[in-house]
Amino acid sequence: MSQPIIQMREIEKHFGSVIALAGVSVDVHAGECHCLLGDNGAGKSTFIKTMSGVHKPTHGEILFEGQAMHFADPRDAISAGIATVHQHLAMIPLMSVSRNFFMGNEPIKSIGPLKLFDHEYANRVTMEEMRKMGINLRGPDQAVGTLSGGERQTVAIARAVHFGAKVLILDEPTSALGVRQTANVLATIDKVRKQGIAVVFITHNVRHALAVGDRFTVLNRGKTLGTALKGEISPEELQDLMAGGQELAQLEGSLGGTV
Amino acid sequence: MSQATQAVGSDERVKQISSLRKALIRPELGGMCGTVIVFVLFFIFAGDSGMFNAQGVMNWTTVSAQFMIIAVGACLLMIAGEFDLSIGSMIGFAGMMIAIFGVTLGWPMWAAILITFALCLAIGALNGYIVVRTGLPSFIVTLAFLFILRGFTIFLPQLIERKTIIGGIRDAAEGDWLAPIFGGKILTGLFQWFGDMGIIATFTRGTKQGQPVVEGIPMLVVWALFLVFVGHFILTRTQFGNWIFASGGDAESARNSGVPVNKVKICMFMFTAFGAAVFAACQVMEFGSAGADRGLLKEFEAIIAVVIGGALLTGGYGSVIGAALGALIFGVVQQGLFFAGVESSLFRVFLGVILLFAVILNTYIRRIITGER
Repeated sequence: MSQPIIQMREIEKHFGSVIALAGVSVDVHAGECHCLLGDNGAGKSTFIKTMSGVHKPTHGEILFEGQAMHFADPRDAISAGIATVHQHLAMIPLMSVSRNFFMGNEPIKSIGPLKLFDHEYANRVTMEEMRKMGINLRGPDQAVGTLSGGERQTVAIARAVHFGAKVLILDEPTSALGVRQTANVLATIDKVRKQGIAVVFITHNVRHALAVGDRFTVLNRGKTLGTALKGEISPEELQDLMAGGQELAQLEGSLGGTV
Repeated sequence: MSQATQAVGSDERVKQISSLRKALIRPELGGMCGTVIVFVLFFIFAGDSGMFNAQGVMNWTTVSAQFMIIAVGACLLMIAGEFDLSIGSMIGFAGMMIAIFGVTLGWPMWAAILITFALCLAIGALNGYIVVRTGLPSFIVTLAFLFILRGFTIFLPQLIERKTIIGGIRDAAEGDWLAPIFGGKILTGLFQWFGDMGIIATFTRGTKQGQPVVEGIPMLVVWALFLVFVGHFILTRTQFGNWIFASGGDAESARNSGVPVNKVKICMFMFTAFGAAVFAACQVMEFGSAGADRGLLKEFEAIIAVVIGGALLTGGYGSVIGAALGALIFGVVQQGLFFAGVESSLFRVFLGVILLFAVILNTYIRRIITGER
């Protein structure tokens, strides 16, 4: 396999006396979807925040394209090409899709000394990018508020991709969505992966992970329990790893194996 | 997957939106309808009262322009998600500062005006700084400044001159280069020609005999149109405009996307203060005096004009053109009731009713845009 685009080696993160991460190693390759699974409190959020430059690791190192990186803040990570789509999407419902798409990165058209927002360019690019992701907008001036949750996710992903993300971190993108919308988002992840972008997909839903993931890393109580390849691991095993043992197996038995 | 190959741009799940509905969700809609209704009504009920001759038109145009000047700033600030309740006090304060510097202290008028603008912008920035630093609602912070500024406006002239009105500004401004920018009139030649041609009436007696009843367009009106144009242009056509929408729509999301929200908000507080200072400068040049009670309640009138113009009180949505139309409605009705011979206290009743209607309409429009049910 080629060199990983990002390598997290023995990452430890302590918050005071709390050890949130106790030596987690994960590497992500371009063009793969790496699923990070874990129950609530397993350290998923801390881990991706370390990856996206929000937290500095207490120990361990981050290699980005083979070079050691020290992100001072999220801006550093973004300019290096690590984009995060948070659960809180950074979308403004009252604004149009194209205004949202270019928020903070507005295209500028200069007429003499005047620097104008190039609406024409913004509208055209927004429509193109959204069409690539399989969403037909009524128009670029459609307000984001009229889009469904899945479509908003897709706009956020398309935006990150358009602005040059090499690594795309998705924080529980399917957690609040219905079946149909989840399918759409998973299809979007697949499209992004095929463009050669490394996707880090955080979820606690095994089925969603198995649907698009190439490799799976399970976090439990701040530790990894290893990385598995697609086909090497069954949904039941993943579920067990996430729960960290027996209790869920018993619970699952009483629920008829549907969790 | 035959559905995936359907014609680009059409999706069976997206209902085609009628052009009427599309027109309906423009923020200016309420203002446009209101303007038409107001003009039709006054044409019918006050058409022969002199409201629509040259003097009458100039009368309500001037009043509307006053509202417009403060409404533009208030509108952009509201879209950026904040309020300024100190606009009215700022008007009184700015006028008094011009009088104190220009008359009492005897500075040249241009220096008095410039220092006053600098002061107002600094206070606006302070307003904004406190709001973004503390995270307190701008409602409370600017309410504090409403009282602080009004207090100084009454206290300072009493301390210095033992009175609350300072006159003599017109004499002090005589021959100044900057004062006519606020107190002058343009196109006076054209209006003289109109008068000579009999298009508009001329004075038939007295010292002004032969002069047209309307001498020209006051700079106040020019300022209003200029600010509306600049405000609209910035909001809709520039990067900064996108930041204004974003800051008011959801400050946290905007920050995550790299929008300098605090800077935008502070700038908008300063712009509002600038509008108040322009209003004050025009007013003291016209009246020739500054009074401690000038600008009373103007902050609410500005906000009402903005809301009639379709801006949402919660921020993130609105239009400068709408706010300008709101100001026009405001001015026309206020003066029109006078022309129509209606008891002027009823103006307040009208104001309350139209404000209520505007807010209800805006809430409805917001639901359509965001698809909330």
